[in-house]
Amino acid sequence: MKTKLFILLAIALSVVLAGCESDGGKKGNAGMVGSNAAEKVYVAPGEHDEFYAFMSGGFSGQVSVYGLPSGRLFKIIPVFSVDGEKGYGFNEETKPMLETSHGFVPWDDAHHPELSQTDGVPDGRFLFINGNNTPRIAKIDLKTFETTEIIEIPNSGGNHSSPFTTENSEYVVAGTRFSIPITETDVSIKDYAEKFQGMLTFVSVAPDEIGDMEIDFQILVPGFDYDLAHSGKGPSHGWTFFTTYNTEKASTMKEVNASQNDKDYIAAVNWKKAREYIKAGKFREMPASYLNNEYDEHTHMATTKRMKSTRVLIPSECPGLIYYLPTPKSPHGVDVDPTGEYIVGNGKLSADLTVHSYTKMMKAIESKAFEKEIDGIPVLKYDQVVAGVVEKPGLGPLHTEFDDKGFAYTTFFISSEVVKWKVGTWEVVDRIPCYYSVGHLMIPGGDSRKPWGKYLVAMNKITKDRYLPTGPELAHSAQLYDISGDKMELILDFPTVGEPHYAQAIAADVIKDKSLKYYKLEDNKHPHAVKNEKDTRVERKGNEVHVYLTSIRSHFAPDWIEGVKLGDVVYFHLTNLEQDWDVPHGFAVKGADNAELLVMPGQTETLKWKPDRVGVFPMYCTDFCSALHQEMQGYVRVHPANANVKLSWGLGEDETQGK
Amino acid sequence: MKNKSSRIVMIIGSLMLLLVFLFPLWSISLEAPQFPEGINMYIWVNQITGDTESTLQNMNILNHYIGMQKIEPDSIPELQYFPYIVVFMSVIGVLFGIVGNRKLFLTWTILMIILGVLGIYDFYLWEYDYGHNLDPHAPIKVPGMVYQPPLFGSEWLLNFRATSYPALGSLFMGGSVLFAGLAYFMSKEKKELKNEEAN
Repeated sequence: MKTKLFILLAIALSVVLAGCESDGGKKGNAGMVGSNAAEKVYVAPGEHDEFYAFMSGGFSGQVSVYGLPSGRLFKIIPVFSVDGEKGYGFNEETKPMLETSHGFVPWDDAHHPELSQTDGVPDGRFLFINGNNTPRIAKIDLKTFETTEIIEIPNSGGNHSSPFTTENSEYVVAGTRFSIPITETDVSIKDYAEKFQGMLTFVSVAPDEIGDMEIDFQILVPGFDYDLAHSGKGPSHGWTFFTTYNTEKASTMKEVNASQNDKDYIAAVNWKKAREYIKAGKFREMPASYLNNEYDEHTHMATTKRMKSTRVLIPSECPGLIYYLPTPKSPHGVDVDPTGEYIVGNGKLSADLTVHSYTKMMKAIESKAFEKEIDGIPVLKYDQVVAGVVEKPGLGPLHTEFDDKGFAYTTFFISSEVVKWKVGTWEVVDRIPCYYSVGHLMIPGGDSRKPWGKYLVAMNKITKDRYLPTGPELAHSAQLYDISGDKMELILDFPTVGEPHYAQAIAADVIKDKSLKYYKLEDNKHPHAVKNEKDTRVERKGNEVHVYLTSIRSHFAPDWIEGVKLGDVVYFHLTNLEQDWDVPHGFAVKGADNAELLVMPGQTETLKWKPDRVGVFPMYCTDFCSALHQEMQGYVRVHPANANVKLSWGLGEDETQGK
Repeated sequence: MKNKSSRIVMIIGSLMLLLVFLFPLWSISLEAPQFPEGINMYIWVNQITGDTESTLQNMNILNHYIGMQKIEPDSIPELQYFPYIVVFMSVIGVLFGIVGNRKLFLTWTILMIILGVLGIYDFYLWEYDYGHNLDPHAPIKVPGMVYQPPLFGSEWLLNFRATSYPALGSLFMGGSVLFAGLAYFMSKEKKELKNEEAN
């Protein structure tokens, strides 16, 4: 008897002690980490990760590429913001990428990466991402991991509900988060309710290697805030769902005034019907000024097309085009489950999570179960479309993704957690804290028809004490959870770049073998390319000096230039002659007021340089390319403006006199 | 009907020689940590190739640091006239097979062995030249160091492990010599058999 008591006491004591230990270490948070977490995220040196994850940079305007499960950062892809590191937006070739109808806009707020899909499954061709501030959608080619197109969205006050793709990337979509007077005119802000409108935009993607984006049509909608979107899949393919808030149409103090209605709406757009209306000519051609910038991987240059109008559908003229599904309360994300049947409205101010049924929606439409109409848009009866409610799952639901076993995972910003629930029974089965205040979450393929339900990444808005402090500004944090078992398990915590609003991930095998190693020099169609050292030269055109130079380990040709005069504008057209993997050459010249060039093998890039004084200016390779990288340098001599000199240049024993 | 099978073997051997146009004779590969896939060069009877179109360029870039001459297939005359020798030998081999004279079989076999040895010696001379005849202004000079890759086997050349072995083409060339030799011995047996029958 005594021994038994003693053993019990010993067990109790050890439990208490163990508890103290884990608490003492990290204020309780460490206790959430699974015991074999390190093993699960360890990718040995030289081994490859299982997934590529693409995280938006938010206010950095870029996309960062991570490996999962290691959380290692591979690349930052410049998209909407200039990037001195790569010369993006600084070299002459990529400057047109950032042109808009407002002129050159060197920054944006990049929110939602979205992988292109085939049959509802990420296919690894492209990644799309929206620019929220100056409304745009960009396309990144996943062969080169470079931004190859940016299209501006006209008649939009802010492109947030974007670029969520349809099942075969027929479209990526856009919606105005900020309604505005359309077309843009000088209107009193107080007239918001009467005069402001929203616009939903469908951007077609060509089903080929280039994936050219074009604005196919727009839909003029009431002046709500169109927040997020997702397209239907499987049976619901052909529909796209947009959440709305501020159905109150408040124009000021929105945090209060846009939060009054018990229900806002999910707008269900039948884009197949829209196509029919377009075909039948039932659109209005509206003037619109927007730019479409495309980067050609053969000319290595971007060009800008200026567009003048869009085709706009008016819901009251196009019955069956769009319906509103009442959804409590200021829904943020709208997420369609892998079967395509359930449409989750993440009502961020609601105590519950509302799930609509596609089947019920279609029945309600058929039986005209309408509550009312808003500007020709029927509002379906709530109880006729709702499939179920996840009751009191947490506070502040924002986004939901899905695994491949019939479970959904929803983030709760206010209660800072991810909650796992069963689709169909709506019961909560697990919950796990986030550090801190989670926004989006991402499961590889988690918004597609075939999720890879192994990992979940939570992207958090607040970091505080998670990492070593770095002054007032902290990196945002992300947490990786293992969701392969019944219980979610925290296995990694890693800092991110900018503010990842959303992310997408795809099995590495889908992409990695297609990744380009270098550009073929023979395919280089840049108008200023030189493909061998014999053709390198310097030419004068008035006060413009064009330097056609090449780089190869470990020298530039030419590596000295004389005859440039103060007042000249010098264009260095640098072709990297290398034809091997991972041999970029950089180029910098003293006093350049833009950035460097970072030229990939087989590529040509141009740096514009205006020397501001007389003298001899060094130029050099900025990317440690070889054993004699440090010798890869040269000089440009700048003469006084009135000097009577001819251009001359050379390399080694070769020397040429120009005009 | 006399010596039919030996003549067929002779003809097959002679035609087998033509396979050197489909497969390289020799392969030289360079391995270093920063070249995980290796740099592989293939020497053919009429060309020099690599794993990619740019392998030669990449090898020349590396070689220029130690002052090695550029490997330029166009400036190697053997690659121009070796193909003619091969075609010639193949054609006369087939003719010898048709004629069916075993002395011609032997002549062809010996000629091929001599040509093979000369070819390997010539290859060695080129390797010697590339390895020893270095630009005195080379950026990287290691006293006493020469860069001749081995004919057979592996050797460290600075940071690279150079490995050189005969490739499929050489095996077929060797095979054609073996076949010709076999044809010679087969025809001998036939002859003896015939003599016995006569007796």
